[in-house]
Amino acid sequence: MSLLKVEDIHVYYGNIHAIKGISFEVNEGEIVTLIGANGAGKSTTLNTVAGLLKPRSGAITFEDKSLLGTPASKVVSLGMALCPEGRRVFQQMSVRENLEMGGYTRPASEIDASLDDVFKRFPRLKEREKQIAGTLSGGEQQMLAMGRALMSKPKLLMLDEPSMGLAPILVEQIFDIIAELHAAGTTILLVEQNAQMALSIADRAYVLGTGMITMSGAAADVLADDRVRAAYLGG
Amino acid sequence: MTLFLSYLINGISLGSVYAIIALGYTMVYGIAKMLNFAHGDVIMIGAYISFCATQYMGMPAIVSVLMAMAVCTVLGIVIEGLAYRPLRQAASLAVLITAIGVSYFLQNMALLIWGANPKSFSSVFDVGSISLFSGKLLISSETILTVLANIVIMIALTLFTGKTKIGKAMRAVSEDKGAAELMGINVNATISMTFAIGSALAAIAGVLLCSAYPTLQPTTGSMPGIKAFTAAVFGGIGSIPGAMIGGLLLGVIEILGKAYVSTELGDAFVFAVLIVVLLVKPTGLLGKQVHEKV
Repeated sequence: MSLLKVEDIHVYYGNIHAIKGISFEVNEGEIVTLIGANGAGKSTTLNTVAGLLKPRSGAITFEDKSLLGTPASKVVSLGMALCPEGRRVFQQMSVRENLEMGGYTRPASEIDASLDDVFKRFPRLKEREKQIAGTLSGGEQQMLAMGRALMSKPKLLMLDEPSMGLAPILVEQIFDIIAELHAAGTTILLVEQNAQMALSIADRAYVLGTGMITMSGAAADVLADDRVRAAYLGG
Repeated sequence: MTLFLSYLINGISLGSVYAIIALGYTMVYGIAKMLNFAHGDVIMIGAYISFCATQYMGMPAIVSVLMAMAVCTVLGIVIEGLAYRPLRQAASLAVLITAIGVSYFLQNMALLIWGANPKSFSSVFDVGSISLFSGKLLISSETILTVLANIVIMIALTLFTGKTKIGKAMRAVSEDKGAAELMGINVNATISMTFAIGSALAAIAGVLLCSAYPTLQPTTGSMPGIKAFTAAVFGGIGSIPGAMIGGLLLGVIEILGKAYVSTELGDAFVFAVLIVVLLVKPTGLLGKQVHEKV
């Protein structure tokens, strides 16, 4: 069943036509990845789905309800969380406070249980509970950003470049966590520049080239495609 | 020695008023990244409301202060909604000029309603004064109240921003509006509330200011407003404890400068402090280093 459906959206930055008619869908229980070069429009697409940007035309539906005109602050409570590019944790707030903000839309009585869940998945965050987020390492900040997104108990978790700027060993850790989250039943929409890693854990993939989808299919097929190998996987 | 102490106490008293005003500047700057130059005029409106409530309507002092706070809270929300919200995406210069426009608007509105003649504001409170050193040093009722109000406000704000869900959401919005929205925080409502709190504090500051310096006219708020802005920059704009420390230090510097150097140059000292701070430590005493995000 399709959880998220995006149909022919067009997004502009001023006069710049950034997204030129993209359609894709994410079914319940899947990991779907959007890959593509820098500037292809991957983050713009996610930000539009999350409500931070408004499409000029097209349709976005989540669980068969239209999201058009829904402000970003309302999208979260519908069951969709975006872990943004560059992590964007609240640098001057503690780890715990960051997580509490992630659970902002949830009733106070449920926060402690969710905190426990996140700390169980990210024991490192528990150790650093009182620490100011700006003092964490890049990998820890990525874990915090993901934990923060999970605090809203999303049905669909959108991850924007979770591996960006991380050492290879940490990239593997982050992808292991994504696989675990998926195994635990979370549907995931993953945007990545690290196409190799993304395609290796995804069910399906869409390839973006300057505002349009140039190819789509099962992740394994996309991974095997010569054009994709040449363009994004270094031959 | 007692003379010095009495100057110091006067300085702390004046500084406490600056601090309360500076809190409004600094909270609004922290969250909306704008300088609300109309803040000083909200003080003046608050003082007029309290004056009218006690003089014309015969209200008790505490009720008049609550009325002033209520009116200023609404005023703050209306100013933000009508004048600043449409400019959320505009260049900061446009917002700054709008703020100056709002400031003139409020002054002229006061001129229209209450006229140009100064009103003599009689102190609305009397909690009794403290006499020390066999009467050589007198701490006035206004001073005691001002300092107490300052301490209570500081503690309340610290608890509010540190412990409550809404207070934490305010800090989140001040750091990163986009990320805050992704958490489900309504950014516009949060900014509105910051203006509401700042304006309610301005009302308190207005009553305290006019209790100590009892001349009330439409321009009453502008000089203290600018000095409190200086205090906020001195302490590090955006920082709540910074506004407190900056306000207190500036009040003491102003009074001591007036007492020991030159009465006429008292205001000049205040602005000299601003210039020195901007040259030596542009982020202010407790200011945060702003990291450019890449």
